[in-house]
Amino acid sequence: MTALLEARQLEFAYPGSLPALRGVSLRVLPRSMTAVIGANGSGKSTLIRILAGLLQPQSGSVLLDGRPLKSWDPRLRAREISYVPQSMAVAFPFPAIDVVLSGRSPHVARFHFESAADHAKAMEALETVDAAYLANRSMTALSGGERQMVILARALAQDPRILLLDEPSASLDLKHRAALIRTLTRLREQRALSVVMVTHDLQFTGASFDRILALRCGEAVAEGTPDEVLESRLLAGIYGEAGVRAQRVDGQLLVWTEL
Amino acid sequence: MRKWPIALPSTAGARLLVALAVLTVALALSVITGLLVGSQRIHPTELFSDPFTRTLFFRLRLPRVLMGLLIGASLALAGAALQALFRNPLAEPYTLGVSGGGALGASLAIAFGWTVRVAGIPLIFVAAFAGGMLAVTLVRTIARGGAIVLPGALLLSGVVVNLVCSAAVLTIQYVADPGAALRILRWIVGSLDVVGFDQVWQMFLVLAPAWLALIAMSRQLHLLAMDEDTAATLGVNVRRCETAVHMLCSLIVGVTVATGGAIAFVGLIVPHAVRLMFGEDLRIVMPGSLLLGGAFLVLADTLARTVLPSGELPVGAITGLLGGLAFLWLLRRRQQNAVL
Repeated sequence: MTALLEARQLEFAYPGSLPALRGVSLRVLPRSMTAVIGANGSGKSTLIRILAGLLQPQSGSVLLDGRPLKSWDPRLRAREISYVPQSMAVAFPFPAIDVVLSGRSPHVARFHFESAADHAKAMEALETVDAAYLANRSMTALSGGERQMVILARALAQDPRILLLDEPSASLDLKHRAALIRTLTRLREQRALSVVMVTHDLQFTGASFDRILALRCGEAVAEGTPDEVLESRLLAGIYGEAGVRAQRVDGQLLVWTEL
Repeated sequence: MRKWPIALPSTAGARLLVALAVLTVALALSVITGLLVGSQRIHPTELFSDPFTRTLFFRLRLPRVLMGLLIGASLALAGAALQALFRNPLAEPYTLGVSGGGALGASLAIAFGWTVRVAGIPLIFVAAFAGGMLAVTLVRTIARGGAIVLPGALLLSGVVVNLVCSAAVLTIQYVADPGAALRILRWIVGSLDVVGFDQVWQMFLVLAPAWLALIAMSRQLHLLAMDEDTAATLGVNVRRCETAVHMLCSLIVGVTVATGGAIAFVGLIVPHAVRLMFGEDLRIVMPGSLLLGGAFLVLADTLARTVLPSGELPVGAITGLLGGLAFLWLLRRRQQNAVL
């Protein structure tokens, strides 16, 4: 199958520091869910930011629909790929609905405002993440978790084919983490969405993701299905001597950390 | 159309129309007040009967009110754009050092007697623009720690650049010949005193295209005000947008500083007043600030002309006082939100 989004041999270093990515490749198939895992500083966020077009790799390439990402018109690219950052510091008290509506901007013609249909899409997106009640609340008054749901709704309102998430669950409680994964799984079915998500929630990756890419010090150390990657010996290689263990119990993949 | 369980605010387009209508009326009222009130009250009927009143009105009063309108509108619009670009509610031409840089550029031009025009544009405008551009670039470079602009560092470096610039202006004034020194002093104080329409017209020709270009970027600025990365992934060319806003704001502020002197805080108070009235959407805040900024400075200048029994206050004193208080209030509110 041809890849929707493909990264080939990405090399990236921030100015004045060690390489953050060394020869990392990734193929994102239509309607797939890919998790990117690894210890802090292993290059996960860098990879997702390159895929989102926020950083340019020093060598290697990213292809969207077989065409270099760089050559896409930014607004057309924004209709294909949306990006959910780790967090969003909001300096002004925008109401949540305005933030979600901003996701419609790649679809709104120049010098036009969002239409009633755009408003409906924005509200639908908020409903999808169970946050419709936040619509009129000011972003500055929301908790970190609530804000994250609004940002996710913004990304969904964008109506993309690919959703890139950078540790979206960091400020969510367990209930909302599970709800997030269920929502993503459902969207994959309903909207044929492809998901690439940086995460530390290995338990969820085992249950819901098709592929896992594991990074260590900017290099891909494992790539495959959850069954192949979530395996105690490999996890020791990914997280070092942290004692991360995985085991299949009654058909369920369990991941835990020994203290 | 589906009904949602909660009432949503009216759409941005509808709010923009209401804002434009209300603020245009406010601008008209303040212009009428500014035209009729002053050391010499003007009664509209006298315009037809009394040649002295007519001269006063057309040679002094009307140009001055128009000058106030142009400068107020410019500063407020630049303030709204800079706040959005830097995601900082306390940013404005004055706190970011743009005014100081512009003042330094203009002082140099006066000291060296650069009174020539290049293609009809006075060289002093060009010098003020270059000074403002240099200042904002410097401030931004200092405040940028890695990938993000630190909000506290931004304001601190802006204030310091302003101080350094005013020190430089003082030095120039000290070493320049007495005539030039006097002209610099007169101009630092910041006054809208103007005779005839030549200067007003010249300014308008430079400012109006810059206003339009800046307002045309409202959508990008609206997205940037929320989050830089998100704006980039929504299709905004962030670097190009930044450069354009820097240049347009430096031009607008430089030209106003080169004529009216450094008038502080208009760019701070006005956009926040528009926000309080019509919400956070930059596509409303930008054109709204343009209208309300004009109205505000015309009224402030009317006050400056009439508050003393004899003589007049510099308008910068009034905006500085009002704006300083507004700044402190915003700072306090901001600390409660714990962002700075």
